[in-house]
Amino acid sequence: MRTQLFAIAAILGLVFAGIGSAFASGGAKEAPDHEWQHTGVFGTFDRGELQRGFQVFQEVCASCHSLDFIAFRNLVDIGFDAEQIKAIAAEYEVEDGPDDEGEMFMRTAKASDYFPAPFANPQAARASNGGAFPPDLSVIIKARDNGLNYLYALLTGYEEEPPEHFELAEGMSFNHYFAGNQIAMPEPLYEEAVEYADGTEPTLEQLAHDVSVFLAWTAEPELEIRKKTGLKVLIFIAIFTALIYIIKRRVWAKLH
Amino acid sequence: MTTPLHRYRIVQWIDYRLPIFSWTNEHLVEYPAPRNLNYWWNFGSLAGIMLVVQIITGVILAMHYTPHVDYAFNSTEHIMRDVEWGWMMRYLHANGASMFFVVVYIHIFRGFYYGSYKSPREILWWMGVLILFLMMGASFLGYVLPWGQMSFWAATVITNLISAIPWIGETLVQWLWGGFSVDNPTLNRFFSLHYLLPFLLCGVVFIHLWALHHRKSNNPLGIDVKSPKDTIPFSPYYTVKDMVGLGVMFFVLAIFVFYLPNFLGESINYIKADPLVTPPHIVPEWYFLPYYAILRAVPDKLGGVIAMVASIAILFALPWLDTGKVRSARFRPIYKQFFWIFLADCFVLGWVGANPPEGSFILIGRICTIYYFAHFLIILPLIGKFERTKPLPESIHQAVLAKKGGADASGAPPDSSAGSSPGGAQ
Repeated sequence: MRTQLFAIAAILGLVFAGIGSAFASGGAKEAPDHEWQHTGVFGTFDRGELQRGFQVFQEVCASCHSLDFIAFRNLVDIGFDAEQIKAIAAEYEVEDGPDDEGEMFMRTAKASDYFPAPFANPQAARASNGGAFPPDLSVIIKARDNGLNYLYALLTGYEEEPPEHFELAEGMSFNHYFAGNQIAMPEPLYEEAVEYADGTEPTLEQLAHDVSVFLAWTAEPELEIRKKTGLKVLIFIAIFTALIYIIKRRVWAKLH
Repeated sequence: MTTPLHRYRIVQWIDYRLPIFSWTNEHLVEYPAPRNLNYWWNFGSLAGIMLVVQIITGVILAMHYTPHVDYAFNSTEHIMRDVEWGWMMRYLHANGASMFFVVVYIHIFRGFYYGSYKSPREILWWMGVLILFLMMGASFLGYVLPWGQMSFWAATVITNLISAIPWIGETLVQWLWGGFSVDNPTLNRFFSLHYLLPFLLCGVVFIHLWALHHRKSNNPLGIDVKSPKDTIPFSPYYTVKDMVGLGVMFFVLAIFVFYLPNFLGESINYIKADPLVTPPHIVPEWYFLPYYAILRAVPDKLGGVIAMVASIAILFALPWLDTGKVRSARFRPIYKQFFWIFLADCFVLGWVGANPPEGSFILIGRICTIYYFAHFLIILPLIGKFERTKPLPESIHQAVLAKKGGADASGAPPDSSAGSSPGGAQ
């Protein structure tokens, strides 16, 4: 029986190793593991990282990328209070209507509004970006394999000059981690691309880290409550199962 | 039949008109089960529990989901973000599907090992195979609903298989799609059918249980129950034993739901479906991988489809393909070895299915596919003819008591009051 179990374990290991290797993408380097605060079993988001990341998103990413699933009201999760959120929303204009005359009109955004997209439609987005479509960033971390490490690696993985013999198409940039190594997005982050409100030094690594954490939150706003609930659930089930097992032993003891 | 509850007049009144109390007592309390069932016998009731979990979470999800190509993806995110505990319902449902398959696959392989498909349980076994088919249908349809990239392309690839049917294939696929490609009408009917299949499942599960309770459970020794000494009442013995397994199952499910919710999913399914962008690898969920490997092992499209369907349909014939008279692999030394080889073959098929069909994967996939069918069509019929089985024990209770050191050789059956103790009646 023991050898059989061992054989099963070996087969399972082989299968998972195979599944893992199936997703290695061609041309691009594998994103290395970066250190994150929020990924462990007990990990939570750092509010400073989230708010700085939001600032990077606002000042850099948002000029081309939409964030369709995030409303201003959601920012309460990353540590802004109602007044701050009102002020942030007031920086944006959204289309509303139709009014009594049947006309659409622009008005100042409210907390309940969603982040307005930078382009009216995909065609407009492509036209302004050399034919490439800047994807919505709401769930981008979940939409890429190893998304969190991948995004950080991508943002820090640009090379000004492509390696020798590498044919870079017009308007493209070289990136070590993007599939095919050619990416239509020009290097978005660089040292001091943003002046942080909290005085943190805006190195490239810091900017990339913060915005990755912010997008991890937009992808999984439930992360903290999920893990917290999970711990309670697991402890409950463990105790429940242990008690049931004791009862089972007692009940069955009568039989023998 | 009277139960402790029958001392209440209201219970007597109801039971006289609709015997739900005696019926429950007969099937969930006093139901005689072999006294030697091991933990592998948990998985039938665990599968039933998973069906209930899927129905409850599914009904709740359906309240917030919109089956329209423009809104399906967004409404899924709406569930994740705005619905109270919506993320938990969705992750329970998505990972619950995987848990359901894990449990059912173990249940099936338990049947293989202990010969549970043999006479007189053939129809019971058939209903089980039918349940597997329906589960596969339900999970495939459900996977399409979030309308991500993998949803769309899996739907496209799988429905296109039907076009392999000669003459009517093309027409049939278009009729299924409700158009000329997977589109809004497809999503609408898939949602409708996804909601329908669980109820068909419940119906087949009922027949499965009916057949089970008529001929009673098989057991690890694979010998028939010969006297009341061989059995114990279902409650409290197996209700409590099943609950141990239930706890372990929910523990595993909770690890996935709360800590690895997307581990079994495909990342590109978080990209909204785009009919103009084909993903580089179209991979089904893990529970379909062995069949996917069989499909691709055959160089011909129609042949592949036939092989894939046959890989499950062949189970209908299993009670006759296995010519051995002894049920349990414990007494079948040769069959036991081939059981493990067959299990390994299924794992390797799954591994091949997860990889792109190129290089050595093609060859490995073909060898394992041939072996898969050879197991049923050649190996099992031959083993049954030539295998020298070990001597069977005289009865279940003698075997059980011999194992316990024969402390109580008389093997007195537990008194019947144990079966209707307060703990068991609930």
